[in-house]
Amino acid sequence: MEFDFGAVLVDWRLLAKGIAWTVGLTAIATVIGMAVGVACAWARASGPAWLRWVVGSYVELIRNTPFIVQLFFIFFGLPAAGVKLTPETASIIAMVMNLGAYATEIIRAGIEATPKGQIEAAVSLALNKVQVFTRVVLPPALKKVWPAMVSQIIIVMLGSAVCGQISTEELSYAANLIQSRNFRAFEAFIVATLLYLALAVALRRLLNWAGPRFFFGR
Amino acid sequence: MVDFSLWDILRNLLMALRWTVVLSLIAFIGGGLVGALLLFLRLRGGSAMGRAVGLYVQLFQGTPLLMQLFLAYFGIALFGIDVSAWTAASVALTLYTSAFLTEIWRGCVASIPKGQWEASGSLALSFSEQMRHVILPQAVKIAIAPTVGFLVQVIKGTALASVIGFVELTKAGSMISNATFKPFVVFSCVALLYFVLCFPVSLYAKNLERKSHGRRA
Repeated sequence: MEFDFGAVLVDWRLLAKGIAWTVGLTAIATVIGMAVGVACAWARASGPAWLRWVVGSYVELIRNTPFIVQLFFIFFGLPAAGVKLTPETASIIAMVMNLGAYATEIIRAGIEATPKGQIEAAVSLALNKVQVFTRVVLPPALKKVWPAMVSQIIIVMLGSAVCGQISTEELSYAANLIQSRNFRAFEAFIVATLLYLALAVALRRLLNWAGPRFFFGR
Repeated sequence: MVDFSLWDILRNLLMALRWTVVLSLIAFIGGGLVGALLLFLRLRGGSAMGRAVGLYVQLFQGTPLLMQLFLAYFGIALFGIDVSAWTAASVALTLYTSAFLTEIWRGCVASIPKGQWEASGSLALSFSEQMRHVILPQAVKIAIAPTVGFLVQVIKGTALASVIGFVELTKAGSMISNATFKPFVVFSCVALLYFVLCFPVSLYAKNLERKSHGRRA
């Protein structure tokens, strides 16, 4: 048994493109998914009863089915119902839906931990409902749950490896392509795995740095 | 062409569902055993061993399960062993589960107050006696809810075994979808079956959590 990592690394352009796609998908999913999470958390905390039920069903449905099935449903299933999607669009929708559901639960936990007195104080200062939520409730809630949020975003980034199965050209797709050309399967997947590990470490650092600066202040 | 009714689709999916259940049980039980061993090594083996186990956990938590499955599939083959999708999926999922469980359980043991260790140590109990009579009985109670909760992740994780050709629920769904040209119906059923499997476990975990919080409060 001998290894030949050179045969894999020579295709560095493919790997770089794969990394770019993985990073891009994750970035889009993070931004939109967090927005979905905030909106749904608000709906679940103070929306009307029917909306709460709808959001609750969405969250439980996503959290209790595998990501790959959600992806296949969107990419293979929806066209039969008349909605045709490119692999990239399907991947983004699946990742956003997935992260959105988990983010809803995480952010809701943070909102529930906000003391009632703070909200009452804000109302007595004549802030309206939206201002109370965006300025008083949300920032401390995000701060409290940020570590959980960061872990979840990383889980979604790692989960995006599955998107290669519908031929989105992300990192695992690149590894698969390389091994199908040079038959160095083990090396190709080791390289991809290590790249994912590096991405996960970098993403955790980035988010731990960005969170206090942009979302909730120190 | 043979026409597939909804019942045909569901019946075939149900047949495949049992392999999802079997694979989940293998991963959960195997992962639990390996996880317990790793936890023991981490608690007992000194700081170098602690770091090694920590690295192991980080390695599995920081890389995609899909890559782990591929590496198991192609990696075991390098040793000249003929790997079936069964072996590769069992090995990969067991290792993956063990990494998460050992970390969950470490947190549970760490949440036992230090005084309990000191008090039992001062009674001249050995490490294994301390564990058996003082630490574990308390830690197990705390660990049950998150452990049950993690079972849902394991069940969902088995869906990825479909990618290396293991015929469980997801793979069966793809195959039936290709044969029937009804992907919308088939994948709806697949999702529904996973939900039926996972949701009760989620609810049970949530219930346990509420109870244990009540007890401590």
